[in-house]
Amino acid sequence: MPKTIIEKIWEQHVVRTHPGEPDLLYIDLHLVHEVTSPQAFEGLRLTNRKVRRPDLTLATVDHNVPTTDRSLPNPDPLSAQQLETMRQNAKDFAVPLWDIFDLRQGIVHIISPEQGLTQPGMTIVCGDSHTSTHGAFGALAFGIGTSEVEHVLATQTLTQMAPKTMSVEVTGKLAEGVTAKDVVLAIINKIGVDGGVGHVIEYRGEVIRSLSMEGRMTVCNMTIEGGARAGLVAPDEKTIEYLKGRPYAPTGEEWDKAVEAWNALVTDEGAKFDTYVELKGEEIAPHVTWGTTPAQSVPITSSVPKPEDAVSAAAKETAERSLVYMDLKAGTPIEEISIDRVFIGSCTNGRIEDLRAAAAVAKGRKVASTVRAMVVPGSGPVKMQAEAEGLHQIFLDAGFEWREPGCSMCLGMNPDILLPGERAASTSNRNFEGRQGVGGRTHLVSPEMAAAAAIEGHFVDIRRWK
Amino acid sequence: MRAIKTVNGNAIPLNRADVDTDQIMPKQFLKRIERSGYGPFAFFDWKKDPSFVTNNPAYAGAPIMLAQQNFGCGSSREHAVWGLEDMGITAVIAPSFADIFRNNCSKVGLLTIELPQEDVDYLMSRAEELPGGNITIDVASQTVSVSGTAWSRHFDIDPFVKHRTLNGLDDIGLTLQHADDISKFEESRPALKPDTSRAFTDSLKIG
Ligand code: SF4
Repeated sequence: MPKTIIEKIWEQHVVRTHPGEPDLLYIDLHLVHEVTSPQAFEGLRLTNRKVRRPDLTLATVDHNVPTTDRSLPNPDPLSAQQLETMRQNAKDFAVPLWDIFDLRQGIVHIISPEQGLTQPGMTIVCGDSHTSTHGAFGALAFGIGTSEVEHVLATQTLTQMAPKTMSVEVTGKLAEGVTAKDVVLAIINKIGVDGGVGHVIEYRGEVIRSLSMEGRMTVCNMTIEGGARAGLVAPDEKTIEYLKGRPYAPTGEEWDKAVEAWNALVTDEGAKFDTYVELKGEEIAPHVTWGTTPAQSVPITSSVPKPEDAVSAAAKETAERSLVYMDLKAGTPIEEISIDRVFIGSCTNGRIEDLRAAAAVAKGRKVASTVRAMVVPGSGPVKMQAEAEGLHQIFLDAGFEWREPGCSMCLGMNPDILLPGERAASTSNRNFEGRQGVGGRTHLVSPEMAAAAAIEGHFVDIRRWK
Repeated sequence: MRAIKTVNGNAIPLNRADVDTDQIMPKQFLKRIERSGYGPFAFFDWKKDPSFVTNNPAYAGAPIMLAQQNFGCGSSREHAVWGLEDMGITAVIAPSFADIFRNNCSKVGLLTIELPQEDVDYLMSRAEELPGGNITIDVASQTVSVSGTAWSRHFDIDPFVKHRTLNGLDDIGLTLQHADDISKFEESRPALKPDTSRAFTDSLKIG
């Protein structure tokens, strides 16, 4: 029977299946960070359990690290304690940790692909909902809660019900200035924040194929914002090209064997998905969110929508609440919305191509006097690469702040936050109330759009902006 | 995990859709390394509004929360579930839930009950009008009923989750009963899959 890539990867990882029970699924790689793991390690201690496979586990610190000079003492005692707990747990349970003074430290979903640890056909989990990012490589990757983190630490498996499958096909071509971020915002707008619940998505079609590996990571990253736990792209030449020579990629004969296995990871002709969604690449414009869910977005050329036009009574109510929180009036053209802050970074758009795109916009220009703008590279290697290319200088000359790697203002656990009432153009993935700081207002956009907004002080259509 | 057989008591009507886990447990409380004591931080920002439903003393100590569609969306933080648990919530009833949140609840021992929109709307308006109105959830028979009325509805629950909930079974303990299967699987895993043991020794330090 023809199968989808999702079913193929699933079947390759089933340890045990029993009628009436979820499958027991083997996990190839478990990524751990400081915020969702302390209680899991504590659980192991209390029950006298060990980490079953420290060699399939990797820890880092990202959510709660300062992005300012790290040779100085940590300004936040609670953050310091959480980082110290991660260190102690890594030591006690013999789990490798890339700490803040390791060059490879960075956002967990950036560092694993970067080092070649994320490979096609793997199952990857992490106590973080954006684990879906790793799907860009044709891996089945999803976020889990802390109880499940403990379960994976203790058993290297998870109990899981087989998911439904969804095909999201983006056909045709993208216009100049339209990015992977706009593609995924358009997808979420179409399916809604809960459209993908219970599903794993395969992203398909010419537009997805045309995206670079980093662009595919941006798309897969935001899968959870459409309600699906995992989304993936079947591996192709780009995947193989990206992985070749990375520190943790196979070498020699093993490489050839691996490539052969990866090439078999495609959805068979005639395989059926439970749900189908289709978008035309030509119809996607640069998107800007106007509300407090990632589905509340519109093309840059339009205006803040009227709640009356919402599809349901519930959506209307949500829209009304969002407008109050965002302090926006229905009908305001998006280009007329002024901003106070700009954040370029996060696991959605904190990779080198994102920084290159933003720097190309910022080059030779100045951040508007009313705007405070910040660039936070996603990892140590991204930062080094950007500095080698002189991107940091472009940003600094234009008036952007240049920071140490971490999650930073994406969730504002460290001091990088919006003040009440401040409005931001952000390349991150969540515009929830207070996400970037209590009372802060977030508009999600691509790196190009964020950089241009920093310079103009309001949103502009990057396709027409010179 | 605690065993739950029945839940009986009044319900907090949280009449909003797409309530995300950033609202249920804001980020500043994720710095804690403890597993308990999250109740006072649940809905921290929304609670600043005196008219927010959990501030109404009539609902204090209610074991049930009523919510609208896609409850618990967003971040995977289990702290959100711990917050509800610590507030005294044993069951949430909504038209739909986000996947990760629902999964987390099933591990902690918090019931997530999906009922059709019209039934949730009925319970919601009843709880708004009658804050002390009693609801009974019986896990074994999979029913939700309103005390003093004939209103009763059946709900679906995954049979395995039901079994674990009724008996308070520890998920890890259950899986470890299959340790032999796991070992067998490991023997046949392709050798070319990456491992992280090198990450100890190939360290790249700054400076
Ligand atoms: S960058 Fe933001 S979304 Fe990504 S892992 Fe960090 S906090 Fe989560």
